[in-house]
Amino acid sequence: MITLTHYLVLSAILFTLGVVGVLIRRNAIIIFMCIELMLNAVNLSFVAFAHYLNSMQGQMFVFFTMTVAAAEAAVGLAIIVAVFRNKETVNIDDINIMKW
Amino acid sequence: MEAYLFYIVATIAVIAGVYLIFEKNPVFSALYLIQTMVCIAVLYILLEAQFIAAVQIIVYAGAIMVLFLFVIMLLNVSASEESKNALPFQRIPAVVMGIVLLVSIGLILKSKLPQGKQGEYTSAYVNTIGNTKLIGNLLFTDYLLPFEVTSILLFVAAIGAIMLAKRKL
Repeated sequence: MITLTHYLVLSAILFTLGVVGVLIRRNAIIIFMCIELMLNAVNLSFVAFAHYLNSMQGQMFVFFTMTVAAAEAAVGLAIIVAVFRNKETVNIDDINIMKW
Repeated sequence: MEAYLFYIVATIAVIAGVYLIFEKNPVFSALYLIQTMVCIAVLYILLEAQFIAAVQIIVYAGAIMVLFLFVIMLLNVSASEESKNALPFQRIPAVVMGIVLLVSIGLILKSKLPQGKQGEYTSAYVNTIGNTKLIGNLLFTDYLLPFEVTSILLFVAAIGAIMLAKRKL
């Protein structure tokens, strides 16, 4: 029997993978994809809660989260394209002009 | 049967997630992320959220990831990003901290499983009306204001993306 805890543990594992990916990778696009993975992990726990609590609110929230994720992906990728046009790289170690 | 399906799909999702963060080539990373998203869509169907599963495939695996692949191919990012890694010693602490985060989430889940008031949308009730119809009803009654705000958000995002990607501001 699959319980709520199973889904929450899977969601936690996927979220942690996203966090580790953001920390160890240097490519801005892959960091962005890891953020999408974290959003997906949270969506999964929303739907799991909604199912096991007989509620519909979790699914509504996932619907709005997906909209925000779509908007975020469009703007974020446009920023990456703009940065690449100026610096000829997407390696975040080379994009450090705000560091000083 | 359902339990086996959950374990198989969850294993595939986690393995694809691991490959996503350790793969050198960004195109393969994007394909592994699509794999994870499809697995999560299967889990949504197991959780009786059919509409969300369809939207997951269409919006995430379809639209967002195609956008990612377009940008990867447009920028022609080479796989040599790791050769000039300025912080090579960051990997091991990052993995350790990831394990710490996972353990702390696990301890929270173990100590107190989040519980709440049971809602009115039981599985049998949802099946008599239909998942998509219920979501549509809620979207245009209780969630009308967030729905309208979402349209403004998407509009602003579209304008912002065009402005940022333009050659001359």
